[in-house]
Amino acid sequence: MSAAIFDSIRSQIGSLAADSTVAHGTLVLPIEAEALTGLVQTLKSTFRFDMLLDVTAIDWPARQPRFDVVWHFYSTTHKVRVRVRAQVSESDPVVASLTPLYGSAAFLERECHEMYGIRFSGNKDLRPILLYEGFVGYPLRKDYPKLGEQPLVNYREGFDIADRTGN
Amino acid sequence: MNNGRSTIPIAPAGSTKSAAFEYLTTKKDELCGWARKFSLFPYPFVTACCAMEFMSVSSSPYDTDRFGAALPRFSPRQSDLLMVVGTVTHKQAPILLKVYEQMCEPKWVMAFGVCATSGGFYQNYAALAGIDRIIPVDVYVPGCPPRPETVIDGIMQLQDKIARQKHAIITKDF
Repeated sequence: MSAAIFDSIRSQIGSLAADSTVAHGTLVLPIEAEALTGLVQTLKSTFRFDMLLDVTAIDWPARQPRFDVVWHFYSTTHKVRVRVRAQVSESDPVVASLTPLYGSAAFLERECHEMYGIRFSGNKDLRPILLYEGFVGYPLRKDYPKLGEQPLVNYREGFDIADRTGN
Repeated sequence: MNNGRSTIPIAPAGSTKSAAFEYLTTKKDELCGWARKFSLFPYPFVTACCAMEFMSVSSSPYDTDRFGAALPRFSPRQSDLLMVVGTVTHKQAPILLKVYEQMCEPKWVMAFGVCATSGGFYQNYAALAGIDRIIPVDVYVPGCPPRPETVIDGIMQLQDKIARQKHAIITKDF
């Protein structure tokens, strides 16, 4: 069942994701970032992938380009999942927003933006959602210090912020 | 046997003395401390899983009402014991500070569980590594989460602390 739908997705999108694989029952589609909107449009309208499950990123500090942006989709018709993956560079980490296609993308992209610094062009509201205004840096990037706290409240006498950032 | 706590003397059987008495003598700090330690009104600042243990210790099998600390007040202005139950993040720290500042004197703070005490295993950029970094803490209750007995021990230690404290009637704010 899932193999048949995967085959028809592969034949439909063709060269957009030439290196597609199946991992843990999920079809994985590595694509160019520019091809995202067209591909997702096809997935949604033709193959009924009506749920956007997650938007996240992967940091590969030694690799060029540095980041993978990852989207997960689910089809409530076919009961299968698809993972779409695109590479973006550290100097220009921009991909298109999926908010025109999926309302849920708005919050997921906000989280990905504050944690990894990926910018989603077209998402009008990229304020922090789990972090707070004024937080400097992107904590899930691997070069962010684990103990790099940025308190909003002054510490009492005897407590030092710098002690915890020296990791 | 009595853990150093004072016991109430009971008149021996056959005593001819009257049970009525006209006056007693005590010290102001002892009287205020005795009154205050048995009327703790907690404000539960509950943020995480320790809340389950807080509910448990409040319920009838453990019954913090025995210590006069049963009635949670959901306004900081009506409470004198701030129980910080669970992890406090840096994003939440200003809220905790505001709640603390809204409480009237006299007030005490209990750090309930390791997260409130030291950040626990959340040693990272997001979690406050112990609420004592922003507000003074009177009693630390360890455990992840603490057992109800540990919480009760914490309440009793706080009561002892209150009983030994100076209770200023007139302060610089009054």
